[in-house]
Amino acid sequence: MSDVILQLKNITKSFDGKMILNDFNLDIGRNEFVTLLGPSGCGKSTILRIIGGFVRPDKGRVLFEGEDITMLPPEKRNVNTVFQKYSLFPHMSVADNIAFGLKLKKKSSQYIKDKIDYALKLVNLDGYEDREPLSLSGGQQQRVAIARAIVNEPEVLLLDEPLGALDLKLRHEMQRELIKIKKEVGITFLYVTHDQEEALMMSDRIIVMNKGIIQQAGDSKSIYDEPQNAFVADFIGESNIIDGIMVRDCLVNIQGVDFTCVDTGFGENNPVDVVIRPEDLEIVKAGEGYLTGQVISIIFKGAYYEIKVKVDDYEWMIQSVDPAPIGEFVGLTIDPDNIQIMHKPVRDDEEVARDE
Amino acid sequence: MKRLKDIASGIYIGLIGVLLYAPILVLIVLSFNNSRSRVVWGGFTLDWYSKLFSNNQIKEALLTTVILALASAVIAVLIGVPGAIGIHALRKRPYKVMMGLTNIPMLNADIVTGIALMLWFVHFIPLGFGSVLLAHITFNIPYVILSVMPRVQQMNIATYEASRDLGAGPVYSFFKIMLPELVPGILSGFFMAFTMSMDDFVITYFTKGAGVNTLSTMIYGQIRKGIKPEMYALSTLIFLVVSAILIIVNALSDRRKTPKKNIEERI
Amino acid sequence: MNETEARSTNRRSLLSGPYLVWIIGFTVLPLIVIFRFALSDGAGHATLSNITAIFSPIHRKAMWFSLKIAIGCTVFCILLSYPMVMAMKHLGLSKKGFSLFIIILPMWMNFILRILALQMILSNNGILNLFLTKLGFEPLRIANTETAVMIGAVYDYLPYMMLPIYTAIMEINEDVIEAAKDLGAGSFTVFRKIILPLSLPGLLSGTVMVFVPSMTSFVISNLLGGGKLQLIGNVIEQEFMTGNRYVGSGLSVALMIFVLISMAFTMRHNTEGKESVVW
Repeated sequence: MSDVILQLKNITKSFDGKMILNDFNLDIGRNEFVTLLGPSGCGKSTILRIIGGFVRPDKGRVLFEGEDITMLPPEKRNVNTVFQKYSLFPHMSVADNIAFGLKLKKKSSQYIKDKIDYALKLVNLDGYEDREPLSLSGGQQQRVAIARAIVNEPEVLLLDEPLGALDLKLRHEMQRELIKIKKEVGITFLYVTHDQEEALMMSDRIIVMNKGIIQQAGDSKSIYDEPQNAFVADFIGESNIIDGIMVRDCLVNIQGVDFTCVDTGFGENNPVDVVIRPEDLEIVKAGEGYLTGQVISIIFKGAYYEIKVKVDDYEWMIQSVDPAPIGEFVGLTIDPDNIQIMHKPVRDDEEVARDE
Repeated sequence: MKRLKDIASGIYIGLIGVLLYAPILVLIVLSFNNSRSRVVWGGFTLDWYSKLFSNNQIKEALLTTVILALASAVIAVLIGVPGAIGIHALRKRPYKVMMGLTNIPMLNADIVTGIALMLWFVHFIPLGFGSVLLAHITFNIPYVILSVMPRVQQMNIATYEASRDLGAGPVYSFFKIMLPELVPGILSGFFMAFTMSMDDFVITYFTKGAGVNTLSTMIYGQIRKGIKPEMYALSTLIFLVVSAILIIVNALSDRRKTPKKNIEERI
Repeated sequence: MNETEARSTNRRSLLSGPYLVWIIGFTVLPLIVIFRFALSDGAGHATLSNITAIFSPIHRKAMWFSLKIAIGCTVFCILLSYPMVMAMKHLGLSKKGFSLFIIILPMWMNFILRILALQMILSNNGILNLFLTKLGFEPLRIANTETAVMIGAVYDYLPYMMLPIYTAIMEINEDVIEAAKDLGAGSFTVFRKIILPLSLPGLLSGTVMVFVPSMTSFVISNLLGGGKLQLIGNVIEQEFMTGNRYVGSGLSVALMIFVLISMAFTMRHNTEGKESVVW
């Protein structure tokens, strides 16, 4: 990334003695769509609030186009935020909400009017100028909030779980619209969410976080296909994560059975975590695969069946287009390519090598 | 910059604090002053406190004031809470009329309310404790209704219906389902009513007739002759008791609402 | 609304029955009585002279002084309350309950005693002047002046203004304030464009609770005005104490009409449902 617009350097922040961010570093490129993904309490919103200027880090610096803005108050920063709970001004009309930042910048009334028209079209709300925010639905309010931020032409738009309060269908619709808006206005988006599906769908780059530490960073495909530790594997999509022993390069022992795999460099006879995506497992006749077990549940999920097969005391999850009757003994097989081997974490919050 | 604002804020709060509390401090100092004069310091004494406890007139007025405040606040709650629920169920027109009538005692000058009640009371009851109680209930009910009404508006009537649906009777459902939701509003209404009753002078003054005195009317009567220093002792004691109560209430409610959840949301 | 629902709302509205009886018995009927007195000359003839007596020179003077005190007191209370509440908010005292505490506590002390104490502070050889002379300043002569009555009114009614403003401001969602800052508003703009308009219901409640009482309280003007400065409350009280209930009622009715008109004027902008921010 040659053109870096925003840099976080060695950010440390604790609340009430509890460490939220520990020596956090992140570079964001111009026009990038970066998503901070993690469970609640992982520090992702704190990062956004530090960039927005609402929280001051205990240590570290925020650089905006190379300039230190750590101590700058929020109103002096060229970034805007779309808040989780919309935060529209309840006593102002939709148009006045959108005009708020522009009026402060003393723009001409014609300019402001044009901008309002443009922004409302952009978020599919033309004709809503005179409505009261509280008379709008949640989705409409969030569109106004986006319009209100975008008209100020910020270099970076911060979005703090903007779709968190919407129902599933509306969320999907808004995700598509956000991508469209992003393309149209061409500015940097820094997006915070705990919804992995949302992150995978929208982002150029995903930063998976836990306990204030980056677990893995990369594009959607690499995050999904090559999780670097059990946390990422577990958090992104559904996975079978099971203990294994790396017998030697390209051979891993799981549940007493040796599997051929493609990973190397884990030493000999070392304990490892093995990650296998449910859609990568294949059900075959009993005795024909690597493992044999009994089907204990099957749920129809629309596009596929979710089948659980118990082998010894581990329940494998398999996604398959063909059903398998409960109680039947089946075999499980897998392509060597689809077995992911990972080091066991030394500590709970161990930082993993970054994908940069 | 932020520090400067901190300091300015602190100084300002201090100044307003001085304005609000200087007179109270004067009362406290006077309660220990061994001189009947209000301007000369005659040395430290606890005499006024011992005299206070043997002064039946003051004790009686205090008792009247407290009983009046308690009784009028309780009755105001008993009438006002069902009143608020009932008004809420009214159609738009009668609703507006009732809320308008509720606002009359709040908007009207105390002196007008007091005189109107006095002119009316003399038609059917002797002026005395009873008439004062009626008057206090009258100006207390609006405070209860206005405190409870927002809660009634927020209340989800579906929970009441769910309770009925699950086999609970209307009375049981009211006490088990509706009332708990209203409790904060009822408490603040009660508290407000109690305070207003304690603090009232004008309406009591016009409706009390001879013979009955609250602390306010007794003090007003004494002004010409000079306030008995026992009163300073009494107000010092009231100050201490009220401070203690407020501190305890604060400590309790602080413990209940730990702001932790709020912080977590923002991480 | 279906039938059972209609029936259940009807049944629920019956709960307001006792209150309706109370309103009629102790609000409506007393007002009718005071109107009857106001419109009677005492000999059984109808007259408007009791009410128009408010325009007689001496009453006009009291009314004028009352208005001056009421408007002044309300304005000063507003001007003092906002910085107070903002300072409390800034220092985060609101979260500790401490700020409510310092506002409410004085309301529980007998106000006549507090006004008497204030009289001692403000009197010509009182505590304030003692301090001033000690510090080398000229002593102030404010005892028994309009200024003293004004100070007394502001002192007594300040908590009634602060409390609803406090409640209204603390109810403002912090996110909304952050959104304004995010869009480029500095502290002053945030106050003017967000906090002030959103605390308007509290400001109105406070105005109702301060304006009328400060206009009519006769105790404060008696004690701090030296008996010479008369508010309309003093005049009405004296009419009653000298046995003239007809003129007294007439003046009361005139006062009531004035108050209701001015309140209707103030409340014009207040939207439905917001008037209840009292506590």
